[in-house]
Formats: sequence, C-alpha cells, structure tokens
Amino acid sequence: MTDRSEPSAVHDGPILEMRNISKTFPGVKALSNVQLTVAPGEIHALMGENGAGKSTLMKILSGAYQADPGAIIKVAGVPLVSRGPLESKAAGISIIYQELALSPNLTVAENIFLGREPRNGAFIDRAAMSKSAGEVLARLGATFGPTTIVSTLSIAERQMVEIARAVFANSRILVMDEPTTALSSRETDKLFAIVRKLRQDGIAIIYISHRMAEVYELSDRVSILRDGTYVGTLEHDQMTPDAIVKMMVGRDLGSFYKKEHRFRPNAAPILEVRNMGDGRRVKDVSFALHAGEVLGLAGLVGAGRTELARMLFGADRHVTGTVVLAGKTLEIKGPQDAIDAGLVYLTEDRKAEGVLLDMSVKDNINLMICGKDAKSGILNLAKMKSRAKAAISALSIRVASADVNVGSLSGGNQQKVLLSRLLETKPLVLILDEPTRGVDIGAKSEIYRIIDELAKAGAGVLVISSELPEVIGIADRILVMREGHLEGELQGEQINQERIIALATAADRELAKAS
Amino acid sequence: MSTVKTTEAPSQKNVAAKQHMQGILRAVGMLPILILIGLMFQFLSGYVESGSVSSAFSSGRFISALNLSTVAQQAAVNTVLAAGMTFVILTGGIDLSVGSILAVAAMAALIVSKFPSIGILGIPAGLLTGLAFGLINGGLISAMRLPPFIVTLGSLTAVRGVARLMGDDTTVFNSDLPFAFIGNGSLFGVSWLIIIAVVAIITSWFVLRRTVLGVHIYAVGGNPDAARLSGIKVWAVLLFVYGASGLLSGLGGVMQAARLYAANGLQLGTSYELDAIAAVILGGTSFVGGVGSIVGTLVGALIIAVLANGLILTGVSDVWQFIIKGLVIIGAVALDRYRMSGGART
Repeated sequence: MTDRSEPSAVHDGPILEMRNISKTFPGVKALSNVQLTVAPGEIHALMGENGAGKSTLMKILSGAYQADPGAIIKVAGVPLVSRGPLESKAAGISIIYQELALSPNLTVAENIFLGREPRNGAFIDRAAMSKSAGEVLARLGATFGPTTIVSTLSIAERQMVEIARAVFANSRILVMDEPTTALSSRETDKLFAIVRKLRQDGIAIIYISHRMAEVYELSDRVSILRDGTYVGTLEHDQMTPDAIVKMMVGRDLGSFYKKEHRFRPNAAPILEVRNMGDGRRVKDVSFALHAGEVLGLAGLVGAGRTELARMLFGADRHVTGTVVLAGKTLEIKGPQDAIDAGLVYLTEDRKAEGVLLDMSVKDNINLMICGKDAKSGILNLAKMKSRAKAAISALSIRVASADVNVGSLSGGNQQKVLLSRLLETKPLVLILDEPTRGVDIGAKSEIYRIIDELAKAGAGVLVISSELPEVIGIADRILVMREGHLEGELQGEQINQERIIALATAADRELAKAS
Repeated sequence: MSTVKTTEAPSQKNVAAKQHMQGILRAVGMLPILILIGLMFQFLSGYVESGSVSSAFSSGRFISALNLSTVAQQAAVNTVLAAGMTFVILTGGIDLSVGSILAVAAMAALIVSKFPSIGILGIPAGLLTGLAFGLINGGLISAMRLPPFIVTLGSLTAVRGVARLMGDDTTVFNSDLPFAFIGNGSLFGVSWLIIIAVVAIITSWFVLRRTVLGVHIYAVGGNPDAARLSGIKVWAVLLFVYGASGLLSGLGGVMQAARLYAANGLQLGTSYELDAIAAVILGGTSFVGGVGSIVGTLVGALIIAVLANGLILTGVSDVWQFIIKGLVIIGAVALDRYRMSGGART
C-alpha cells in the first residue's frame, strides 16, 4: 500500500538477531539452524506452512522454550540469556497469541496493568491506572474506555487491549501470531493502522500470517520457514505470491484452485431456500443451489452467513422460511433431521464444535455414520475400521494409525477428519463454513480438490469464506450477504474482488447498482 | 506446530504407541497401587498380630480366601454405584444423589416385599424407583439445562426426605425377605453380591465400548457442541446416563436391603456418593468428561474397599480411618497425574 514511511528510529543495527537456532524435541527436530534478523521499526512477516516451525521459533524468543546449545539471540546487540519468559519480557519482547490471554472478568485497565499495577502505598492507584490506560487506548484509536469489562469486547477490541499491554511493557519487539484470523476486513484495516503507528514509534513487529495479501500490504520484509529450516528473506519489492508459495512449499502447487467440475446453470436446484430468517440476524434470505454446483457465500464477519447456515442445518432456530431439498420440503427441528435428509454442515470453529480431540481418528470419522452401520445399537467395529482406513487414504490424512487421538494431528489433518465424518453420510448438500481456516497451504489445495470432486459427483456445495481469492477461485456463483440479508449475486464474468467488497460493505451501493 | 512435517509420520507412530501405552496405563492405572496397598495390609496386620517383623507377612490376615471374599462383598454395592457414576462423569456431569436414591429404593423394595405372595416384586420395585428418580434428575438436567451439580445436590436432600417419608421415618424390617439370597446367598460358592457387581461392570463396559450409545456418551463428554452438530441427541444421552445412574443406585438399594433385611430412610446410604465418586476418579476418569474407563472404576472401588478392610484389620481407630482414607485418595490421584504428565512429556 502507500503508507511505507521510513521508521523514525535510527538504524544502528538489528534490534533482533537470532542465529543457529535449533530445537530438538524427543524424536523430532523442530528447528534446524534457523536465523532471523529484524531491524528496529520494521514490520517483518514470518511465513511457513503449519508445522514449519514458526511457533516454535517464537516460543524460543519468548522464553517458553529453550533452544538447543549454540544458539545466539541478541536484542539490540545485547545477548539474551533467556531462562524463561521473564527475561524475554525484560528484554522488551511481547507476544500476542492467537488465543488471547486476557482475564475476561477484569476491566481493560486492570488487564493492561496486570502484575504491574501502579501503587499508592499498599493500594492500587486506580485513578492513575485508568488515566494512563485511557491515554494509550485513545492513541490506538479505541472506542472503549479503560473501565470496560473485557468480556464485553469483541475479538478485535481485545487485541487492542493486548497491544496496549505490550506498549506499557516498553516492548521493543512485538510478535503477532495470526492476528487477523477472527477479524472482519474493517477491523483488519484498523489493526493495520495501529501496527503502522507502532512501527513509527520504532517498535519492531514480527507478523505471523498465512494470508498472502495482508503480508504484502503490511510488511517491509518477509522471512520464510519450511520444515524447520530457514529458506530465505524477501524484500518488499521481491514479494510475489508465486515466489512466497514456492519458498513455503518447496514445489509448484500446480493450479492452486481446482475447478474441473462443470456447472450447468439450468440443472434442477437440489436445495431451495425461501424467505429464511429469524428477523434479527438473518432476514428473508432466498436462494437456490444446484446439483454439481459450488456456490460461494461471501460477506463481512457478522453479516449473518454462519447464522444462515446454522438455521438451514437446524443448529439454530429460524422463524420464517422453508427449505426444499431434492424436491421435498424439510421439517428440520435439529441437526439430526438435516443429516437424515442429506444436508450436512462443516463448522467454522473446528476446535470448539467440530472434532473430538480426545477420541480416535476412527471414532471421529464414524461419529455420524456408526448408528447406521450398527445392528440394534451394537457397533460394527469391522465396518468402522474399514471406513476409517478408506477415508484416511481417500483424503490423504497424514496419520500413522486410525487409533491415534485427533488432538495430536495438525489443523489441516483435523479438518480432513471432520470433512470425512460428513462425507461418510453421503450427503446431497454440504455447507462448508470457512473450510480452510487455520489450515496450511498443502492441505488447503487438497480441500479444494475434495470440494471440486464433490461437485463433480453431483453434490451441491455451499462454501462460506472470508478469503475472497478462495471463493472466487472455487465457486461457480457467489452470493453476498450484508447485515443479515442477501445483498446480491455474482456469476461468471461479474465475479471479482471489487464487486464482492462493494456488495459486502455497501460502501458504494450506487456503484454496484450502476454496473 | 511443534512437529516438523517430514518427521510427522514416524513421530505419529510414536504418538500412537504412546497413546496405546497410556490407554493401558489408564486402564490398569491404579492396579499396582491396589496390589501394593493389599501387600502392605498383609504385612501390617501380621505385624500387629505377631509383633515380629520377620513373620509379619506370613501371619498376616489380609490375604485369605475368606477375607478377600469379604472385601469383594464390601466393594460390591459401591462398585455398582460407581458404574453408574462413571456414565455420568464421562459426560462431564456429576450425580450427588446416588446415596439418597439407594435409600429410597431400599425402602420401596422392603415395603413391597412385605406383601405376601408378591414379595419378590420388591426387586423390580427397588430398581424402578431408582430409575424413576434418575430420570427425574436427567430430565431436569437435559430439558431445563440446569447444572448437574445443583440438580443432584437438590435431589440428594429431597430424595432423602422421600425415603424417610416412605417409612414414616422409622426402620422397615422384613425378617422373611423373599430376596434375602441376594445379600447373603451364593451361587457356586460366589456371593450374589459379587456376581451382581461383576455383571454391572461387564454390562457397563459393553455399553461404553461396543454400542453406538457408548460412542455418543464419550462424544457428549468430550464436546457437547460438536456432538450436537454431529446429529447426536445430547438430551437423550444425558437422560440415559442419569437414568442409568438411578437404576444402578436402585440396584444398590436392593442389594443393601437384602443384606440387612431392613432399611432406614435416614441412615441408609449416607455419603455413599462420595465413595462412588472417589472410585471413578481413582479409576482415572476425567472430571471434565470424555476420557475414562469402567475397568478403572472397578479398580478404584476395590482400592476403597481394601483400604476400609485393611485399616480395620490393623486395628486403626475409626477416626484415623477417615483421615487416612481421604489422604490416600488425594495421594493416589496426585501420583497418577504426576505419572501421566511425565509420560506425556517424553
């Protein structure tokens, strides 16, 4: 983008220098001679597939892990002899994790000063605390005050609290791990503005992200890890998606998005939704999905896409509307009714309501279908085993045995387990909510292949996605939702990012109408 | 994120082996401790008897066919209650009312047993009474979404009151109990109490490991939201587990009534829920649900019975029995946690 002003701090040398970083876990070498050099006032992106070692590297920086002997870590030229998180913090290193670490029932100011409360004798100086917290929040552009209870804040606002906390800790290096995963595009823009402000203040930012577009927009340089080794660093003008992907994957991915299925627009609709809504979060939505079609559903976070999907699936109540599946009007009272009718839903939140982490891959895959295979309630163990085996090879799930607990799998493989749970029921219609969230690039392209094959086999697939290149890449048609209703539909030549954003934000309704 | 992709497959093979190992450890988990405690009591009881260290073990009174059979009989009722409690705790719930339900079921069984000619119907009366109160618990928890702790805490008190009401707050006797064999008889030399407990354990194991319902119970305990989105009727699963716990408490009530020829609504089964919960936890079942086994529960129930029996044999006073029992429960679970976390790290 345009805002690429020179950092105000003086370039005396790197603020962070990490060399010869290796980390061996029992049986696994997670990092091997990795290096990373960050200049003061730089936004330095760190990319790599899941399992490439980004998190391990950052945990070494934060003191949560100890590197193998021989590692050199210097902060502003001073060797960091880190024995734990306290030394790293004292050296000015702060990390904001994906799972935010705030106490939800305390106020914003209390969270910011947690463990460092300003004191007035033996008492906490609440006035001073509120005042200085308020100042920083205002500078970050927050719309909430220091006395707000954290549990009432959105994810984006909580992130702001974490950033304020890092500012108060006099951080010189701020690590952000996938900060935009849960943000809408408007919130993302706001976050970027804050990050740029921090850069101007001379704080170095290490920015971990899977999203090519935002890395390009935000960062000055990008370093890439693959399989625990350092691949290289690109300057801003060298950054191209192709170059980055090639470095991350170490091979050409071929065509990333698969679209071999042929959608025939005049095929009979397999799913018809009429006037669906609850009058609040979803209003009067009608559309049709055809057999063999991949239909994209785009919109901002909070536009009602997930809510719509959950209503169709029977996970949430709807007030108005009918669902017709394969010519039959459905009476859906709960998820089991939808599943029985051939409509399944892949949740957007895999961990919270998808996989069962303490159960085996086999049980997870068979969870929906084991009742059908069973005779008078008694499990058909042989069938379960063969189903699991077949699914593992069909979706190339990387797992040593079907008896391994799902919790020990990577995000991409967990997602494939979840998908195969749905596929075992042989559904007519699949609603996939953010099917590639938190999944590495290799698994992403495999999930696209699966979606394509489903459509080829005649299923109707509704894909909800916040990643525009993804919806554009895989969908035949795209519906755009805004504030609970369908704002528009795009087809064929009409599909492009600008159109979708215009519909999603209605920022320029006139433009969308005119074109 | 901590594993490197190229080594993912071999490391997962380790994971599989490790999980297998942990599964075995969890299942037999406390078995070594059970044996250790048994050997200790053999030694101590012998020492108390003979006063010499060298002959302590051989003159011990713990390991004898008679005493071990006594221990098993003493463990029987708690084993049955703990089997039901295992279902409940696997879903992440708790049932505090099992002792009270046991009392009310025993009252029902005895009252019906006094009718001449249909006295044997005391058995189904006890079972159905237990089942009914269990289903009331389950209904409140699944339909009204009340917390299990609160609901069963309430029924702990209320059902106790019903038990007292049924016998006009007196003890009900029946010296001519038609099903007294359950409490005092034996089949091929094995006490009926033990046979019933073993059948309860085997049935529970079968339900949990070999039926669709079992998979659903683990799924609901592991993640109720995921279970619901997978089409599992969570309310039905909850209704079942509390119903099962009630039914097994009813069975415990019948066993207890048969042993005593009597039931007292005020005293029978008080604080039995604590022993049942302790047995489940000693057996390695996770308090948050989704992880655990019925075999572990059996071992846990045996530990509690061995402890009670052994302390009496060694002549420890009643007051100290309480203190030692509590400490052993905490210590055993702490040891288990320590060992499991050690295993998980490497």
